[in-house]
Amino acid sequence: MKEGQIRIPSGCAISGLIDKSGKRMSGEAVLRSISVMHDRSNGLGGGFAAYGIYPEYKDFYALHIFYDNSASKKSCEEFLEQHFDIINLSKIPTRKIKVITEEPLIWRYFVTPLPTKLGGSQLDEREFVAKCVFRVNTRIDGAYIFSSGKNMGVFKAVGYPEDIGRFYRLEEYEGYCFTAHGRYPTNTPGWWGGAHPFALLDYSVVHNGEISSYDANRRTIEMYGYKCTLQTDTEVITYIVDYLHRKKGLTFSETAAVIAAPFWQTIERMTPEKRETHEYLRNVFSAQLFTGPFSILVGFEGGLMALNDRLKLRSMVVGEKGDLVYIASEEAAIRIIEPNLSRVWSPMGGEPVIVRLNGDEV
Amino acid sequence: MKRVYVNEKWCLGCHLCEYYCAFGESNKKDMARALKDIKINPKIWIEEKDGVSFAVSCRHCKEPLCVKSCITGALTIKDGVVTINKDKCISCYTCILICPYGAVSPSEDGAVQKCELCVKTTWGTPACVEGCPNGAIVFEERG
Amino acid sequence: MAVNFLYPDYEVSRNDDRCIACRVCERQCANEVHEFLADTNKMVSDDAKCVNCHRCVALCPTRALKIVKNNNTYKENANWSAKTMNELYRQASSGGVLLSSMGNPENYPVYFDKILLNASQVTNPSIDPLREPMETRVFLGAKPQNIERDEAGRIVNNLPPHLTLSMPMMFSAMSYGSISYNAHESLARAAEELGILYNTGEGGLHEDFYCYGKNTIVQVASGRFGVHPDYLNSGAAIEIKIGQGAKPGIGGHLPGEKIVGDISRTRMIPEGSDAISPAPHHDIYSIEDLRQLVFSLKEATNYQKPIIVKIAAVHNVAAIASGIARSGADIIAIDGFRGGTGAAPTRIRDHVGVPIELALAGVDKRLRDEGIRDNVSIVAGGSIRSSADIVKAIALGADCVYIATAALIALGCHLCRSCHTGKCNWGIATQVPDLVKRLNPEIGYKRLVNLLTAWQHEIKEMIGGMGINSIESLKGNRLMLRGVGLSEKELEILGIKYAGE
Repeated sequence: MKEGQIRIPSGCAISGLIDKSGKRMSGEAVLRSISVMHDRSNGLGGGFAAYGIYPEYKDFYALHIFYDNSASKKSCEEFLEQHFDIINLSKIPTRKIKVITEEPLIWRYFVTPLPTKLGGSQLDEREFVAKCVFRVNTRIDGAYIFSSGKNMGVFKAVGYPEDIGRFYRLEEYEGYCFTAHGRYPTNTPGWWGGAHPFALLDYSVVHNGEISSYDANRRTIEMYGYKCTLQTDTEVITYIVDYLHRKKGLTFSETAAVIAAPFWQTIERMTPEKRETHEYLRNVFSAQLFTGPFSILVGFEGGLMALNDRLKLRSMVVGEKGDLVYIASEEAAIRIIEPNLSRVWSPMGGEPVIVRLNGDEV
Repeated sequence: MKRVYVNEKWCLGCHLCEYYCAFGESNKKDMARALKDIKINPKIWIEEKDGVSFAVSCRHCKEPLCVKSCITGALTIKDGVVTINKDKCISCYTCILICPYGAVSPSEDGAVQKCELCVKTTWGTPACVEGCPNGAIVFEERG
Repeated sequence: MAVNFLYPDYEVSRNDDRCIACRVCERQCANEVHEFLADTNKMVSDDAKCVNCHRCVALCPTRALKIVKNNNTYKENANWSAKTMNELYRQASSGGVLLSSMGNPENYPVYFDKILLNASQVTNPSIDPLREPMETRVFLGAKPQNIERDEAGRIVNNLPPHLTLSMPMMFSAMSYGSISYNAHESLARAAEELGILYNTGEGGLHEDFYCYGKNTIVQVASGRFGVHPDYLNSGAAIEIKIGQGAKPGIGGHLPGEKIVGDISRTRMIPEGSDAISPAPHHDIYSIEDLRQLVFSLKEATNYQKPIIVKIAAVHNVAAIASGIARSGADIIAIDGFRGGTGAAPTRIRDHVGVPIELALAGVDKRLRDEGIRDNVSIVAGGSIRSSADIVKAIALGADCVYIATAALIALGCHLCRSCHTGKCNWGIATQVPDLVKRLNPEIGYKRLVNLLTAWQHEIKEMIGGMGINSIESLKGNRLMLRGVGLSEKELEILGIKYAGE
């Protein structure tokens, strides 16, 4: 059974950290952090998103692709060549780990859309890339693009996250922001593509929870052209964030006010101007509200957003030290990498923590 | 003080108030047993003419003429309720003649009877009000 | 007539041990079933006149009365039922079309009863509405296409006109004329207290009820009775009635005897003249004509009111709804084949149209497939019997439901299905003053408020159990539903899985 054939609820661990100064650090820290929460995973999936890791290719989309076999690789590459200028391609470097098995072919491409194709499509560049990702993932059997942003990458597999990090040699990457995920699915999926983070363009999501609004959200987002092939919460959350932020132009705090909307009783106590905005968002984007428990980390170019569901039904702790901000399911996962935090707090339900690189505008 | 008020707009002329009154007075548990094969003599009754109907019962006046006219002191005001002490009543019927609302009537035992807001029955609150199907009889405080 | 082909279906059973001859049954029966025999001090009844409305049963203070099914029988025949034979006898004697009232009573599948709801266990906590906020507010209307911002970057409120409801329920159209003044007052006052809306139906709006405008939907139907600028502007929304679930494809007929006094004035037709609503709107023979009427009404109300288009659920309902969603209408109301009526030809009521569950699922899917679900809200009606039906309808894709039969039952209706006789003993479907006064709106509106408040509580419990704390997360959330006793095709149309999957 793999994702997409059935819906699989899972519990999880999440962790992330970002250096607001933009200084790059090794992937070692996030790896140590997620390892502490071993018991929150069950060895059936994990992964990492890393931002700022490809400075030499920062203007190109980095496509990370799983292939089941060389035939799927061949047909996918044909498609890529028809639509993109491929600047560089290589296998993603891995090391052998005993418990990480049945790995697919894992390749990386740095690409830019062919100007003629892009012009002919009448789409903006990011929409063009997103459409191509959907095309590959739904039409080319055995090929799966699991990372498609610029200057960022997702690394994921079936296993415990600490093993997966070693497998992908995460400590050799340097970035300004990392997120990590350890999965506890209530089933036995064996497919690498179903592990998290889930990403589209530079948006990546790691998520702990099970949203009870899932099918309402899925059917809505599919109306806007997204295809939810995995039937996971993380997939639908990523698409809705992409829709609200990229396509509708909402800010991240407005996006949070949609997906973890304040209760009406809270809205009624707001100033008239704020109340009008919140009423508007809840009316227009009522179908994009998530109910049920979740804590998520949304990575994006230049920042990170952490958000809990409106009732805070999942644990999530934030810590600060200098320019570094740490977020994890458990405080212990932060303390292991920074014991001397200047501030630690648990954000309220529905209250987003949005961290941006210093000097970055909204 | 709470009194019984009627509203002819909602009175259906169904006469149920009369039967609930009689039942209330009977202090029995079952209306069929209480009222089977008897002719009731209720303390509230329906007046009807030309399609208009309403219930009539004692208004518990603040200055009741019946009390003033009672020569034996059988009628008194007790906590605002105009009350009859049947042991003192000598059946002179002055009260019946003097009540401008016709709310006092003779009972089977000779003494007069009148609505006493069910304070002496096991119901405790007026049975006619509870038995009215359309809210035409209410028991409430009015200024 | 020497030969009486019709034997009463029901008989009045009186327990003489309990009857105290108070005569309330006699006084309260407009059909004159009961009679007091003074010489024997006994009540007797004529079963042939009884419509089984239970007024006498409900008012009998000693519970001496009950209505029982008559066991008089024809020779058993699986093909020619007694009902079929009786209808045939009736037509052979009258030569007329059979008339019926209220919704389709025949034994077609009730899909709501073959759908089960989900609840959370372990992986996702259920939410207790007594401890946590549980939201049932809904908005009806089109969503704006784009976010607009002012120079300061603030979001500009570019919402098209919409309705705000405290809970996903509204009272559906019942005209003044088909139901009484007191029934209308009960609905209007209940709607105001509950923060929802009621619907005038095609009878105009009595001047006494203009004060309930913000809780009123004013209807424009094919007869255009009672329609004038003040009427259109008096409500919160305007509904164009194309069809009704009980009688798709045909119009309406309120006989001249009922067009008296206030009803004549409110409908703006002379006293005693029949109020005949044509089968189609004679200015709407195609979808583009509908668009013209939608925009005529928007012009007439300065683009301040959302426009609802109400259609009966018929075979092609999804395509029709798709056309309506592109017509400028803000809300589509779909009325399933079990929807009620004050009077309809029996054959039409019992054989035309499709179940609301299938129609709703089909329309919601089609509008999503075409990417136009945000153009309109969907209101589903046609026999919503309980809060569970509402939860299922919303999970299938409705924004809100229309309630009418259930509201009438709350007011006392016992579904005797004799509205067309005009002698409603409960004061609902009648204009006879003595009968109308039997429904005291002070009591009636409280019963409606009680019913919907109870349903709202139940909805909160059910969605809380699913781990949902706001009704919008239930809308179209078909994973919360599972089917039992349904075929593959039925599951496919409903878009749900089988229980156990």
